[in-house]
Amino acid sequence: MTFFEVVFYAFSTLMVVAALGVVSARNPVHSVLFLVLTFFASSAIWLLLEAEFLAITLVLVYVGAVMVLFLFVVMMLDINVTRMREGLMRYAPFGIAIAILLIVQMVMVVGPEHFGLQAFPVPESHAADYSNTKELGRVLYTDYVYAFELASVILLVAIVAAITLTMRRRPNTRYQKPSAQMKVLKEDRLRIIKMKSETIEPENKQ
Amino acid sequence: MIPLSSYLILGAILFSISIAGIFINRKNVIVLLMCIELMLLAVNINFIAFSHFLGDTAGQVFVFFILTVAAAEAAIGLAILVVVFRNRQTINVSELNTLKG
Repeated sequence: MTFFEVVFYAFSTLMVVAALGVVSARNPVHSVLFLVLTFFASSAIWLLLEAEFLAITLVLVYVGAVMVLFLFVVMMLDINVTRMREGLMRYAPFGIAIAILLIVQMVMVVGPEHFGLQAFPVPESHAADYSNTKELGRVLYTDYVYAFELASVILLVAIVAAITLTMRRRPNTRYQKPSAQMKVLKEDRLRIIKMKSETIEPENKQ
Repeated sequence: MIPLSSYLILGAILFSISIAGIFINRKNVIVLLMCIELMLLAVNINFIAFSHFLGDTAGQVFVFFILTVAAAEAAIGLAILVVVFRNRQTINVSELNTLKG
C-alpha cells in the first residue's frame, strides 16, 4: 500500500463512520459534531485530489460558519428528543434496505469495470509551484464571472431573507430613530446661559 | 494508485447513508437538513474526483457554487426553522399539520 492509499482508506473509513454517526446519533448536537468530522475527513480526501483551495474553504467556511450556525440553532431550540425518536424502528429497516439497494446499484454503474484505472488513468501530479488557488481564480473571474456575480446576489438574498424572517420587534425594546436623530437641532439639546464666574471659598485655611 | 471508481463509490456510499438518514430521522427537521448537507458533500466529492481525473478546473468551480448555494440554503432553512419553533413550540414534522386539507 502506498502512502496515498493509506491516507485515502483511513479518511474514507472515518468519513463513512462519521456519516453513520450523523444519521444514527440520538442527540442532534452529536449529529452536528459528527457532521463536522465528516467534513474534516472529506477535506483530507479533497487534498488528495489536489483541490487544495476547496479543501481549505470547506473547513473555513463550512465547518467554521455553516456548522456553527447549525450548532447554534440546535442548542437554541428546546427539542424533545424522545418524541422525535418514536416510530424510528418502524422505518429504519426500510431506510437501510433502500440504502443498500442504492449502494449496490450505484457501484454497478460507477464500479471499477467502467471507471477503473484502464478507463481513467491517474493523471500526473502538478509541479510543486502550481497554485490551485491561482488557477481556480483565473477561471472563476474570466469564464464564470457571470455565475460568480449571480452567486453573490444569491448570498445577499439569503442574508436579507434570514434577517427578515428571524427579526421581531418586541414592545419593550428601545430602538434608535435615525430620522429623528438627524432632524434634531442645536437649540433642542443645548441651552447657553450667561452667568458670573463662581469662586470656591477656600476652607479652613492654615 | 487510487482509481477514480474508489472516489465515486465513496460518494455513492455517502449519498446512500444520507438517504437512509432521511428515512430514519423523518421527524426531526434539523437532522433532515443535515442529511441534505451530507448529500451535497457526496455530490461535491464526485465533482472534484472527475475534475482531477479529467484535468478540468470546471468541476472545482461547480463545487464552489454548490458550497455557496448550500450555505444560503442552510441559512434560510434554519431561519424558517427558528420561526416555526417560535410559533409552534415544536419542530416535529408530524405535528406541523396546520395546512392539511
